[in-house]
Amino acid sequence: MKLAALKKVRVVFSILYFLSIFTLFIDFTQLIPEKIYDSLLFFQFIPSLLSFINGFAIAATGFLLILVLTIIFGRVYCSFICPLGILQDIFSYLSKKIQRLKRYRYVYIKPFRWIRYSFLGIGILGILTGITVIVSFLDPYSIFGRISSGLIRPLFVKGNNILTAIFQKFDIYTFYIVDLKPLQWSVIFVSVFFLLLILSFSVFKGRLYCNTICPVGTFLGLFSKFSWFKIKIDKNTCTSCRLCERVCKAGCINIASQEVEYDRCVNCFNCLTVCPVNSVQYIPATKTKNVRETKKNKSKQNNRRQFFALLALIFTARKTRSQTIEVSNTATFPAKRKVAVSPPGSVSIDDFNSACTACHLCVSACPTHVLQPAYTDYGFIGFMQPVLDNHTGFCNFDCIKCGEVCPTGAIDLLELDKKRQTQIGIAQFVKQNCIVETEGTDCGACAEHCPTKAVRMVPYQDNLVIPEVTDNICIGCGACEYACPTTPYKAIYVEGNAIHQIAQKPEEEQQKKVVEDDFPF
Amino acid sequence: MKRRDFIIKSINAGIFTGAALSFGGYGKIFANTVHSSLPYDLVAVRDGEPDMMLDKALKAMGGIQNFVKKGQTVVVKPNIGWDVSPERAADTNPLLINRIITHCFTAGAKEVYVFDNTCDKWSACYKNSGIEKAAKDAGAKVVPGHSESYYQRVDIPKGKNLKQAKVHELILNSDVFINVPVLKNHGSARITVAMKNLMGIVWDRRYWHRNNLNQCIADFATYRKPDLNIIDAYNVMTKNGPRGISTADLIKMKYLIVSDDMVAADAAAAKVFGIEPEEAKYIPMANQLGVGQMDLTKLNINRIRV
Repeated sequence: MKLAALKKVRVVFSILYFLSIFTLFIDFTQLIPEKIYDSLLFFQFIPSLLSFINGFAIAATGFLLILVLTIIFGRVYCSFICPLGILQDIFSYLSKKIQRLKRYRYVYIKPFRWIRYSFLGIGILGILTGITVIVSFLDPYSIFGRISSGLIRPLFVKGNNILTAIFQKFDIYTFYIVDLKPLQWSVIFVSVFFLLLILSFSVFKGRLYCNTICPVGTFLGLFSKFSWFKIKIDKNTCTSCRLCERVCKAGCINIASQEVEYDRCVNCFNCLTVCPVNSVQYIPATKTKNVRETKKNKSKQNNRRQFFALLALIFTARKTRSQTIEVSNTATFPAKRKVAVSPPGSVSIDDFNSACTACHLCVSACPTHVLQPAYTDYGFIGFMQPVLDNHTGFCNFDCIKCGEVCPTGAIDLLELDKKRQTQIGIAQFVKQNCIVETEGTDCGACAEHCPTKAVRMVPYQDNLVIPEVTDNICIGCGACEYACPTTPYKAIYVEGNAIHQIAQKPEEEQQKKVVEDDFPF
Repeated sequence: MKRRDFIIKSINAGIFTGAALSFGGYGKIFANTVHSSLPYDLVAVRDGEPDMMLDKALKAMGGIQNFVKKGQTVVVKPNIGWDVSPERAADTNPLLINRIITHCFTAGAKEVYVFDNTCDKWSACYKNSGIEKAAKDAGAKVVPGHSESYYQRVDIPKGKNLKQAKVHELILNSDVFINVPVLKNHGSARITVAMKNLMGIVWDRRYWHRNNLNQCIADFATYRKPDLNIIDAYNVMTKNGPRGISTADLIKMKYLIVSDDMVAADAAAAKVFGIEPEEAKYIPMANQLGVGQMDLTKLNINRIRV
């Protein structure tokens, strides 16, 4: 196989993989099976790393494989697997078409090591301290997820709705309208910021983002520096025509010294396709002179040692924290949620906050749209992480979708039976706000929706019935809060459990069959 | 105007014209057709399977032809409110729905639609209730009801508390409306049957809950009389309604009630349930508004035991 074919392999693979992941975030039909989520997201570095740390070692070794791949082949992750990286390639490619920018437009860029290692340091600090919100801002997969879920998915949904409306006029009901929930502007702002950042970087400077800001890129660069396979410029044949430098998105080929800076090379293989004298090669390091290798081996070991030390630190030194907040407005009798409600399977708010990178895959996949990006619900520590918003929906009793799709282990996949008993919060009845109390009429919307009958109607004055909550069978799904018709505040709301509990099963009392033998009328 | 805008506007204009034309039929629908030819005011069947009891009831009513004419469009409105399996009887029996649709097509119906504005996630309700499959198997179109865009505002001139509501377009556009509730206990309305089932054809139910639920149920019953009400009282949820928590909430009563009078049907269902019609407050309220007759002694009832 000619080496130039490697670029084609890269392009085909990355496009297919990109589209698959993109589809996961765009999908509003909820038809994609769990297995596909698992296998597609297995190799995403940060989610896999966090999942590993969170104790799902066997299932979450994707990041280890990436490290092995990096040691063998270099930063293939960045060009083949990272959706944000591929997105940048797409932007670069399109900008070439649209703006008629020259293909040979890149030049060698100096490494900006201080910036790179600072961001890497911040990222590692985020993981060590469990302040995952920092990681959320930096993880390329999660940034891509938020852009897809928050900015692009709504466009697809709108498109679907327009088409559906047209089909409906022709009596075709195969498609259906998908309602869009209100946007959390602060989260959208962050997504737009990163989209613009990446767009401008990729259009003018190729993979500059990956080599300055992205901590995953920098981290993998520590390994790719010593990778077995490398891009090599044969100094004997190189004519210094600079074509390779001009197509290098990473700006890591310095033709003045005829060297490639491997910690920044993203293995796009563009350089292999342009060299007129086949001087650029992708070959195992063993084929080169041994003199320099011994020196490098030493630092490689050093690096390995550092990595294991780092892993040890990660396992021992994680710290978590939480913060209480106020959700509702303030007026007559505002229902105040002191503790936010985190998704079932997140075990506790602390666990969740430190494990979730806010990729918003669950926000996209949640069938009832009860999962929404948080603003200050968890405090700053959980900014952008999904939180149950019972104004947009409620947690379906028989659904474990968020656990199925979560790639970081922030939301455990619960058995359905266990989920039905997982108490993420407890309903609080505010009698002063209740229709039965204020209007003196029947209502019962809350009890109607309750899947466990933790909220039920009990006799009240004037032949009325009023809600009553049985705490130990309530699971905090929020169906009552969602259904409650009072305005502007609800008369029943869920107070989150900072640590999720197990609820009792509602009692099933068999009834004696008393059906009269005759017609009762 | 850019070319693209022009095309989009033209398409929109076309759609609206089409829609306006199809709205032309409204007057006819509100006429509350009087089935003077019906042999009975109410038919009650017991001790059979749901589909077979339906056959008997319709036969007693003079056949489905008394309700569905050749070439007409029919909307069947079951209760698909909850994401539970058919054994839980929180939703209408899928077997019964399938049979009703088959009857409609036998009578020459042009198209049969099925929908509900569900409480749980609609797609899960449609699927797990078994109704989507049962309806499609019988050849009906299963239509979503989960988005406000499917609903149109209508006036309810006779309503006391409820003067307006947004009603699903299928109810407005179809020639025949068949209401197929399942009899269940309900926390605040006491029982849910035919009139309560109509909460599934409107959009904003919270308004009802805020403004005296029982009165709103009765008010809305004045708006549009279903051409036929078929009450599934085979497995009856006698407690923990309307969603139920397990099959232990059910009693197998094996009843089916058919009537074109919602008040009469609900009153008879109350008796089957084991309460007096007055105990479900909306029944006397609707009776007073002239929606129908709750005094079963004044009705011509056919009682069939299988």
